[in-house]
Amino acid sequence: MSEQKKKAPYLDKRSSRRTFIKNSGLTVGGVVLGGALGSLLGKDSSETNETGVHSAAAGVNFNQALMYFDKAQFDTIDAATEQIFPKTEVGPGAKELLVAYYIDHQLAGSFGLNSREYMTGPFFPAEAVPQQGYQTHLNRQQVFNLGITALNTEAAKKSDEKPKFANLTEEQQIEILKDFEADKVKLSGAVSSSFFFTLLRKVTIEGVYADPMYGGNKDMAGWKMKNFPGHQTNYMNVLEKDEFVKIAPMSLNSQHQH
Amino acid sequence: MATKLPKTDIVLVGVGWVGGIIAAELTKKGYKVVGIERGKERSTEDYFMAHDELRYADRKEMMQDLSKETLTFRHNTTQRALPYREWGSFLIGEGTGGSGEHWNGQTFRFLPYDFEIYSETVKRYGKGKIPKGMMLQDWGITYKELEPYFDKFDAMTGIGGEPNPLPGSPQVKYPNPPMLETPVTALFKSATKDLGYHPYHMPSNNLTQPYTNPDGIARSACQYCGFCERFGCEYGAKASPVVTVLPVAKETGNFEVRPHCVVRKVLHTNGKATGVLYVDTRTGEEFIQEADVVVVSAYQMNNIKLLLNSQLGRPYDPVTGTGVIGRNYAYQTYLGTAVGFFDKDFNMYAGAGALGAQIDDFNGDFFDHTDLDFLHGATIHITQLGDRPIANNHVPPNVPSWGKEFKDASVQNANRALIIKAQGASLPWQDNYIDQDPTYKDAFGDPLLRMTFNWKDQDRQLMKFMGEKCAEIMKQMGAKEVKMTGDEIGDYDIRNYQSTHNTGGVIMGADPETSALNSYLQMWDCENVFVPGASAFAQNSGYNPTNTVGALAYRAAEGIEKYLKTGGSLV
Ligand SMILES: Cc1cc2nc3c(=O)[nH]c(=O)nc-3n(C[C@H](O)[C@H](O)[C@H](O)COP(=O)(O)OP(=O)(O)OC[C@H]3O[C@@H](n4cnc5c(N)ncnc54)[C@H](O)[C@@H]3O)c2cc1C
Ligand code: SF4
Repeated sequence: MSEQKKKAPYLDKRSSRRTFIKNSGLTVGGVVLGGALGSLLGKDSSETNETGVHSAAAGVNFNQALMYFDKAQFDTIDAATEQIFPKTEVGPGAKELLVAYYIDHQLAGSFGLNSREYMTGPFFPAEAVPQQGYQTHLNRQQVFNLGITALNTEAAKKSDEKPKFANLTEEQQIEILKDFEADKVKLSGAVSSSFFFTLLRKVTIEGVYADPMYGGNKDMAGWKMKNFPGHQTNYMNVLEKDEFVKIAPMSLNSQHQH
Repeated sequence: MATKLPKTDIVLVGVGWVGGIIAAELTKKGYKVVGIERGKERSTEDYFMAHDELRYADRKEMMQDLSKETLTFRHNTTQRALPYREWGSFLIGEGTGGSGEHWNGQTFRFLPYDFEIYSETVKRYGKGKIPKGMMLQDWGITYKELEPYFDKFDAMTGIGGEPNPLPGSPQVKYPNPPMLETPVTALFKSATKDLGYHPYHMPSNNLTQPYTNPDGIARSACQYCGFCERFGCEYGAKASPVVTVLPVAKETGNFEVRPHCVVRKVLHTNGKATGVLYVDTRTGEEFIQEADVVVVSAYQMNNIKLLLNSQLGRPYDPVTGTGVIGRNYAYQTYLGTAVGFFDKDFNMYAGAGALGAQIDDFNGDFFDHTDLDFLHGATIHITQLGDRPIANNHVPPNVPSWGKEFKDASVQNANRALIIKAQGASLPWQDNYIDQDPTYKDAFGDPLLRMTFNWKDQDRQLMKFMGEKCAEIMKQMGAKEVKMTGDEIGDYDIRNYQSTHNTGGVIMGADPETSALNSYLQMWDCENVFVPGASAFAQNSGYNPTNTVGALAYRAAEGIEKYLKTGGSLV
């Protein structure tokens, strides 16, 4: 820090970042801002405290509530994602990382409603070859509804008590998910079980590793497990090093709050 | 009724790399330029929250809104073409700067061989070497003629690189030094040298030191932040139109950008364009902007759409192989790869968009094709872009893609998996082409484009050959396990991202029968319309397109000025 300060003594560390961001696309005749500034700013943000989405006083994560799923749907997805990304000795699984909350929140908004996808007909899901991609008229909310219903219908076949997917044993849950993946289950709509499974796997991984502001990756534990530093401003000093450099992760909250 | 606006000298359809270069060059000369841009006006401040993998890489924040407009796709004419409903194989940018805002900055010149591929192939191997249906043709311009324009683009953007050590390759002197050498690039270089190849650092448009370009634009150096491809650069260190050419154009007072405005058509009568018809999407109003010259600079795909929708140029007919608009659509043959798993951790989370090393030994015609069942080749590279956790979940062969085993392996290998990729040339075929879809429409009711495209044996053989080379190098690098791809390529799959290196459709050439544009990117059939972009490429090479796109844009700018002075066809 002190060395960097020497290099750019005219800069006030706090106020500089925004000015720098503003000016870095300098127009004709502007001032040259060199690489040293970037490292200075990097230092700045790493000094900021991480607060996250938790309310420290109450110990409550207000993000743990539902925007889209009902409770039974949530339980099903909570169980299914844990099989896709389970807790192991290496680190936490989907449940602990709050992945099902992440998925719930995503489905409630533009992603769930396919608002930035071309959803104009006519649709020919049966005629489409897989390489043509998304061809159902159903949006992701609807695909999830069908998929969740089918997970529970399959679960009910496992015994006379007609159990819910969430109440099955680990082995039984995995068995059903494998059948979904291999397209052995029929959903009651214009979408295949493997399509639902691929989508479920994709959003599970997202929930493990997306910035915690989205509701998953609780306390950046997904990143910590993978030694991913999250949002950093600069890796110039790391790249030439032969040994692995561990860096405590930062979320975008640090960028916003600084 | 559309409102007619006062005439300007030049109107641009789209303000990305091409539009930005044309705007800067011609406004500096005193011409009035109006840029119509479908997206918002971008600035570096927009990138303050850029390090968000979900928002930018997965949800594609900076890309065109597909709900308004996309294209349809089929493998061949017997299939029903269906819409590209969600982003996959390629991504099309919108907003000022276009895809130039969220590209990587890997910046290569095409080879002398590329511009004269037909003549060179016939000279070395005879006509019989070109398989039936392959539409190889020369570009109507040579590397030598383009060299000064390449130099301009290199200086304007500030490329950092080192000379290519491969004998016979063009020797380029870049304005800045190459990017950092890392243990990853060093390992690749020593392995490829051991194998007798010629590695060098990838030429980069992530600025390697503070730099002031010939326009007086000063920018700071790349911080190697690891969020480059698909993200805007919060430092202005990545060369992009917003931090290079657009401020230059604005400074002249001769440039006006109209964001949130979508051009539907180029208007023309008697073989001359009068202007463009566009819609302001905020008011819903239609306008006609008249101009002496219309530049279609809307990205390769949209360039084709604009021309077909305007009924400009003769549409291509795949049955007879005649006509020009939609002809020679090509892509990037990029599926030959090797993933290597190592016993040590590398700092893979760190990197930059164009940090990498590569060999060109198997690109172009640098190697003998006499006994090979494909033409052209691929460059083979290793990159360190910053491995982000949603996208990068490499697991060794035979590990499933979910569950306990997957989780542990993907976490443990997060910084232990290296990838070598072969970026292959995609050559044109009579039945790979673009036309208008008969069924699906965009938000204004105009027909979507329809892409008919599939891999050929040429591509499959090339990818297999290159995948094996990648694996050979990876083994030499000391990987304990190697997973190779390229040997089992089926049909083209639009679901998975491959590259945004779409080419052709409005190609340049020496003959109006087989090309849409002359060597100034001027339309043969409409002398005051210029169409610079990768759509002008007669085929694709084993390199990323933008250096060549940039050179063609400088060439077109020169042509437009000539045209405004003399009129008529420039060739
Ligand atoms: C993720 C990604 C990574 C890439 N990495 C590299 C790389 O490393 N190296 C490389 O060489 N290339 C790379 N590219 C490709 C590079 O970005 C393009 O070659 C380049 O931007 C093309 O310039 P252009 O001006 O033709 O199109 P663009 O820069 O895309 O600009 C076109 C503009 O036209 C606008 N437009 C389109 N239609 C209309 C309309 N109807 N009306 C009004 N405006 C319209 C668009 O909104 C856009 O702003 C990458 C691309 C992507 C998406
Ligand atoms: S890697 Fe470099 S050029 Fe790319 S966004 Fe980060 S700082 Fe900018």
